[in-house]
Amino acid sequence: MSTTSEAPKRRGKAPAGERVADWADGRLGIYGLAKANMRKIFPDHWSFMLGEVCLYSFIIIILTGVYLTLFFHPSMAEVTYHGAYVPMQGVHMSEAYASTLDISFDVRGGLLMRQIHHWAALVFLVGMFVHMMRVFFTGAFRKPREINWLFGFLLLVLGMFTGFTGYSLPDDLLSGTGIRFMEGAVLSVPVVGTYLAFFIFGGEFPGTEIIPRFFVAHVLLLPGIMLGLVVAHLILVFYHKHTQFAGPGRTEKNVVGMPLLPVYMAKAGGFFFLVFGIIAIISATFTINPVWVLGPYRPDQVSTNAQPDWYMGFSEGLIRAMPGWEIVLPGGYTLALGVFIPLMIFPLILAAIAVYPFIESWVTGDKREHHILDRPRNAPTRTAFGMAWLSLYFVCLIGGGNDLWATHFHLSINAITWFVRIGFFAVPVITFIVTKRICLGLQRRDREKVLHGRESGIIKRLPHGEFVEVHEPLSQEQLHTLTAHEQYKPLEIGPEVDENGVARKVGRVQKLRARLSRGYYGEGNQIPKPTVEEYKELTSGHGH
Amino acid sequence: MKKLSARRRHPLAALVVLLFALAATGGLYAAFAPADEAKADTSAQSLAIEEGKKLYATGCSSCHGTGGQGTSDGPSLVGVGAAAVDFQVGTGRMPAQSPGAQAPDKPRVYDQKEIDQLAAYIASLGPGPSIPTEEDYNPSGADSAAGGELFRTNCAQCHNFTGKGGALTHGKYAPPLNDVDPKYVYEAMLHGPQNMPAFPDSVMPPEEKREIIAYLQDVNGKETASPGGFGLGGFGPVAEGMFAWTIVLALLICTAVWVAARTAKARKS
Amino acid sequence: MSSHTGTHEDENLPGERETAHGEVANRENPFADPGLPPHEPRKQDIDERAAKRSERTVALLFTVSMLATIGFIASYVIFPIDQMVTIWPLGKISALNFSLGMTLGIALFCIGAGAVHWGRTLMSDHELIGERHPIEADEETKQKVLADFHQGAKESQIGRRKLVRNTMFGALALVPLSGVVLLRDLGPLPEDKLRHTAWAKGKMLVNQNTGEPLRPEDITVGTLAFAQPEGLEEGSHDFQKEIAKAAVMLVRLEPNDIKDKRELDWSHEGIVAFSRICTHVGCPVTLYEQQTHHVLCPCHQSTFDLADGARVIFGPAGHPLPQLRISVNDEGYLVAEDDFAEPVGPTFWERG
Repeated sequence: MSTTSEAPKRRGKAPAGERVADWADGRLGIYGLAKANMRKIFPDHWSFMLGEVCLYSFIIIILTGVYLTLFFHPSMAEVTYHGAYVPMQGVHMSEAYASTLDISFDVRGGLLMRQIHHWAALVFLVGMFVHMMRVFFTGAFRKPREINWLFGFLLLVLGMFTGFTGYSLPDDLLSGTGIRFMEGAVLSVPVVGTYLAFFIFGGEFPGTEIIPRFFVAHVLLLPGIMLGLVVAHLILVFYHKHTQFAGPGRTEKNVVGMPLLPVYMAKAGGFFFLVFGIIAIISATFTINPVWVLGPYRPDQVSTNAQPDWYMGFSEGLIRAMPGWEIVLPGGYTLALGVFIPLMIFPLILAAIAVYPFIESWVTGDKREHHILDRPRNAPTRTAFGMAWLSLYFVCLIGGGNDLWATHFHLSINAITWFVRIGFFAVPVITFIVTKRICLGLQRRDREKVLHGRESGIIKRLPHGEFVEVHEPLSQEQLHTLTAHEQYKPLEIGPEVDENGVARKVGRVQKLRARLSRGYYGEGNQIPKPTVEEYKELTSGHGH
Repeated sequence: MKKLSARRRHPLAALVVLLFALAATGGLYAAFAPADEAKADTSAQSLAIEEGKKLYATGCSSCHGTGGQGTSDGPSLVGVGAAAVDFQVGTGRMPAQSPGAQAPDKPRVYDQKEIDQLAAYIASLGPGPSIPTEEDYNPSGADSAAGGELFRTNCAQCHNFTGKGGALTHGKYAPPLNDVDPKYVYEAMLHGPQNMPAFPDSVMPPEEKREIIAYLQDVNGKETASPGGFGLGGFGPVAEGMFAWTIVLALLICTAVWVAARTAKARKS
Repeated sequence: MSSHTGTHEDENLPGERETAHGEVANRENPFADPGLPPHEPRKQDIDERAAKRSERTVALLFTVSMLATIGFIASYVIFPIDQMVTIWPLGKISALNFSLGMTLGIALFCIGAGAVHWGRTLMSDHELIGERHPIEADEETKQKVLADFHQGAKESQIGRRKLVRNTMFGALALVPLSGVVLLRDLGPLPEDKLRHTAWAKGKMLVNQNTGEPLRPEDITVGTLAFAQPEGLEEGSHDFQKEIAKAAVMLVRLEPNDIKDKRELDWSHEGIVAFSRICTHVGCPVTLYEQQTHHVLCPCHQSTFDLADGARVIFGPAGHPLPQLRISVNDEGYLVAEDDFAEPVGPTFWERG
């Protein structure tokens, strides 16, 4: 990058940079690449920076993670601790836990690197989640970006498991409890569960294999796949060019914004340092996962407040809310549904959001490219679905932390669990309905604004004594922005009997599609946007 | 000697010997036993019991029954011992103010003298653990690492890794152990207040209780350092996740808004 | 599915896309796109003094970053790793961690802030328009690619020589099996390992706190005691694996409080010994409420009633905690009468 940016600046003055660039171009063809990308346009919007938060925290995690591997021993061999931390001296523990204590208390700056690594991991997942919500609610996942949506989704799932394996590595009492849970979950798998558990753990729980195996997954396998996906994700972002919100001069055929060189080089490059700086300051002032007070893992010890990191919290909520169903089948086989059902619902919840773009494009039948983003209110059903999904996720998160909710709000833990059991079904439905009403209300307000202008707050008294509020007409920019969105018509499958009285065959799938389409775009599910005729009629009537 | 040997067979001789032996034993006991203190103690003790009984009658009997036998509103206090009274009344848990899943700690109602009197009265109802002395619970010199192991086996499941407290069933909870007087920690382990199980000396010797107190002071005392920075309550991943979702995310979004926003135009300024 | 939709394919799509986003503003259409608004200069564009101020701010931020990095190195050298300082409102924290983190954070943040401020105030803020081109190839390219593909396929004769094709698919499908087979030695087979623990007839119940064998009189009503089988040493090779199955908790109940007959039979004078490994997913379930005789699991809130055969009364566990049958040996110590009658810990398929 540095060679390419130097070339045009120093032309004539010092050809050294140019000569280097020429050398590279002869072997890599960089001029061709730079021609398309150096002045690439990026639109300005803060929500477009959320993806960068993820990218940068990923880089921070890799940098600090490499440092931590220099000191961490992924071994479950038993040692007796004799390091600097007094309340653990003389305690039996695994080498993994002992080396984590050493990183925290005997390596200068080791504690800071651990905390940056862990905070950045939380920020990475928060960032991916929020980025995904942005993409979802603005409809940025539509053609041609469905594949990139899936890449992003895979990154989220892989990020969750990379986080889980990393959280487990110190082999402390908290994370060991998490691994124990994993063993129980694997054991619940019908038919092969017991074998799987023995293969994963290299024998009976806890064995001596799981930490080294998790280590390989955490530092090599999962981040390797993620790195590939991140690169692919970025290539596609460049290839598709960024989406933009509707506005004057912004069309489906262009992208309006600032060039990569120099403005986004400064802004995006600078943002990396800003993110890194904020995480470093957080890590200097707020402790995260103080493993030294947790103690080494022993299968017969436990602490209350045993929770996974937040991104696994919703699966914890599913497990906690599940009733204890267990069926013994004839022949002496046991179905541990109390564990296995939540274990299956967990991927289903994730999959629901992952496949949504394909469902929507099937319902609309829209094969065109979309580069102008929707405002969430203009896609009420999608927004309502997204909010329902989020509310489900949040109900599960409450369930995952029910013991802390109980102690901090003086509630009964059993009552919270019952709330989660009922809320799991009820809250998403209520959220769906409420969100849709709110979206439609906002659409009506937009329509009012376009047709009658902005409420100025100025009260005018007319000659005959009537008081009216002055409405300021909107500028053409605003009128355009508020009416730029497209509105689909509901899909019609036509009469069951054609004009000749012959029954047409209409497939069940097609009927479902038509019904969904009515639910999306039928009467009452979207507010018709104002037409030019309506506008003209009203404005001429007002005498403006 | 003739006389003695002659009277040896006297019918009353056995009685004399018996009386003599009893007197000698009693004398020996009187010589070796702290007789005066015992006497003083007994009288002070009986006075305290009397006072305690009065306090009990006005403050406690409505729930625990006039003789400490318990009612539907409160458990029997026969045999709970002085340590239980000192803990419950000393931490303000008793007298309970309102019915609920469990009695919370609050500013205490009785002073230490009254508590001792109440304790003496309750202890007189039946044998139970007595109030520990300073040297029982003073943690100085105890091995806090060993205490940590004991804490994680016996206590952490309810009270959290460092004694931050945790939830139990139906609104009950294990209280946080921050700033709890070592005496009360010791007493609680000794007799098991409310729903907490007891860890009597037969199961957990006094030395181990001191180790646990030493560990608690190391990880959850006033002087405890939190090397990594502010501890977010010590509740683990839930608090950390909330922090990441609120403060950290807000900081990052504010920064993003600043990065992406348009610079002020000359005309409008 | 598109073939089914046939005639109705495009009727539901908005048709006015081109006019709505038309690049030529239509005088007759008040909603038409007016095009990019004209560029307005910033203060820095017209006032050199404002630009100079920005320049100085950026340079100052970069300078602060340099100083902070020097501060980082200085902190690394100056502060011992175990020095704690009290900083309001954070509390007593590591001086080294705080100073390293703050200086590193400031050094990084100032670079970022400087670069962004530079970009925002000094670099050109003219909005530019980039053209988008359809991603789909045009018909000509598509036909060429398809023709090339058919040519290649034909030349390979894969369509004609079905034997070659089918055997190739077979070989490719089989070869990954080698990889799967190699995974066999990841671990031993389960056999009946989950069915046995370190308990056996006559093994004394050793107090985990003291390491001494327990007597019945040690355990009073309301007491909670934790036991492991005699002969199991912490730090020994198998300790973690064995304690994961053999950990036991002991409580004494009033014999007439015990509702379950088998539980009473397997107790000793009201002392009952239950596995403390949760039957849900294996957390130690030891949150014993001595008044209700309930134990709660801190992980997923399964609740067991120890007075009723450790029956599940709440939460996701599927069956009661296994009970260890106990009695007293000749020396008066508590001993196990047998191993657990059923597998302890999480449910598994073959459990029965």
